[in-house]
Amino acid sequence: MIKIENLVKFFGPKKAVDDISFTVSKGEVLGFLGPNGAGKSTTMRMITGFIPPDSGRVQVGEFDMLNDPIRAKQLLGYLPENAPLYADMSVYGFLSFAAELRGLRGAARKKAVQEAIETCFLEPVAHQTVDTLSKGYKHRACFAQSIIHDPDYLILDEPTDGLDPNQKHEVRSLIRNMGRRKAIIFSTHILEEVLEVCTRAIIIDRGHIVANGSPNELKAMHPNFGSVRLNVYGVAEGDVRGKLNTLSQVERVEVIKSTSEQVKVRVYPKDKKDESFPTLVADLVTKSGWKFDELSMDKGRLDEVFRGITLPDTVKKSSKEGPVVTVNV
Amino acid sequence: MSLAVQNVYTIAKREMGGYFSSPVAYVFIVIFLLLAGFFTFKVSGFFAANEASLSPFFVWHCWLYLFLVPAVGMRLWSEERRLGTIELLLTMPVTGWQAILGKFLASWIFLGLALALTFPMIVTVNYLGDPDNGVILCSYVGSFLMAGAYLAVSCLTSAITRSQVVSFILSLVVCLFLVLVGWPPLNEMLSQWLSPAMVSAVSSISVMTHFAQFQRGIIDSSDIIFFLGLIFFCLFTTNVVIRSHRAG
Repeated sequence: MIKIENLVKFFGPKKAVDDISFTVSKGEVLGFLGPNGAGKSTTMRMITGFIPPDSGRVQVGEFDMLNDPIRAKQLLGYLPENAPLYADMSVYGFLSFAAELRGLRGAARKKAVQEAIETCFLEPVAHQTVDTLSKGYKHRACFAQSIIHDPDYLILDEPTDGLDPNQKHEVRSLIRNMGRRKAIIFSTHILEEVLEVCTRAIIIDRGHIVANGSPNELKAMHPNFGSVRLNVYGVAEGDVRGKLNTLSQVERVEVIKSTSEQVKVRVYPKDKKDESFPTLVADLVTKSGWKFDELSMDKGRLDEVFRGITLPDTVKKSSKEGPVVTVNV
Repeated sequence: MSLAVQNVYTIAKREMGGYFSSPVAYVFIVIFLLLAGFFTFKVSGFFAANEASLSPFFVWHCWLYLFLVPAVGMRLWSEERRLGTIELLLTMPVTGWQAILGKFLASWIFLGLALALTFPMIVTVNYLGDPDNGVILCSYVGSFLMAGAYLAVSCLTSAITRSQVVSFILSLVVCLFLVLVGWPPLNEMLSQWLSPAMVSAVSSISVMTHFAQFQRGIIDSSDIIFFLGLIFFCLFTTNVVIRSHRAG
């Protein structure tokens, strides 16, 4: 388990990370989301012991990163942002070096290097010098170093950055598979990645955690989540509104578009999680004999939730499209 | 303990490999040998002196190292910081000291190798005459220690900046200072204003003064302590600098 308690980090007068706490257990893949400069990399650097926090605690397994850094670091694998590598080494030489620092010697080292090369599809370039590699290979070479000792805990800072769509897919499925046995924290800008890979996601903004939950829970924060969109023809707006309001489960009805032949409304339920709500609305529509061509439940969109939470307040007020989400963490 | 030694060894091995995987190492060695030969034979007039001694060779070392050692040491940490590999290295289960020592030792051994390749000088002087080989050995030990001291300064300056050029210049200036305060012409000038005790105090922080003892064939513990102390001080400060960078 990785346990982070009340981490705080200042850069000069600026509070880069402000009182962040969370835990990640084995079997969990935690997606770490946030706009640029939100404090993702800084937090990850504190977890891996690269920079010391100004206050707070990081515990990796049973070891404290501040008091027992060597043993805590032994349990971790880390892919830093931008995947730095020693330019003058071969991929094989670099991985051997990493394996040796991880305490692997002789046959165990050779085996670990071979396995990492296979897992990360590096065979074609194993004996090439790092600075002759393409960005995708460089990224995977650095990724290979983070898993070379089969660590229980993996910290990956933007592991799919700069990869082509196929490589992204490979890395994601790799993370998902490894996530069954390990505790993984990875940061990303790509929201589909979170839906595809993560069991849980944390959104941070300006150094604070602003949301923490499973991808579906985060989607449920969308103001339109659970509402039903309905598009009927040949009925007056007042009738539609009146009929729908007879349902006790309906909280309110919002008219999106109303012309003489077409009425488009959004119906909000009292209980957002009520999955039978669309069926209730559908029953009412068929009973009333309305003609309709759309009746769908809004499942919420992560990108809009993300925007709603992380846009600066001034932009939020002036932005007409972005939904404003209020969140209780 | 053995784990610490292993880590230092692994880091030193990688660093050493880095020197020889590029032409830098070979270029450095060739230039060092050419310059050492040029100054010994042409400038000092080795043959004209008609003396079975290598002092015309060693007397140039503190000046030669002034340019060559910063060239070897300038990339030690600045390159790590520029490439971002410092983040990789220091999140491995190694301590800052192990990393600093590993990198320093690799470069020092490399300089030792370059120095060892001047062995034809010993052969020549032994062939032509009957020198005091004890003095020659002492001078080699002193030269090696002095190279280590310059290198430790370069190690420190390379930790201060991301730019290799800045690191080179800073290191050169600091080393020049360490030479000049013991340079006889400057000491004579200083003696016009300072008391003899103060002049000798100033010159006692010079690498030149301490290296001169070795050249006379004297291995004094105070000279060894001076060089090792300077190395320790610079590496310790390097550690402090790296820590403070990480702390932001």
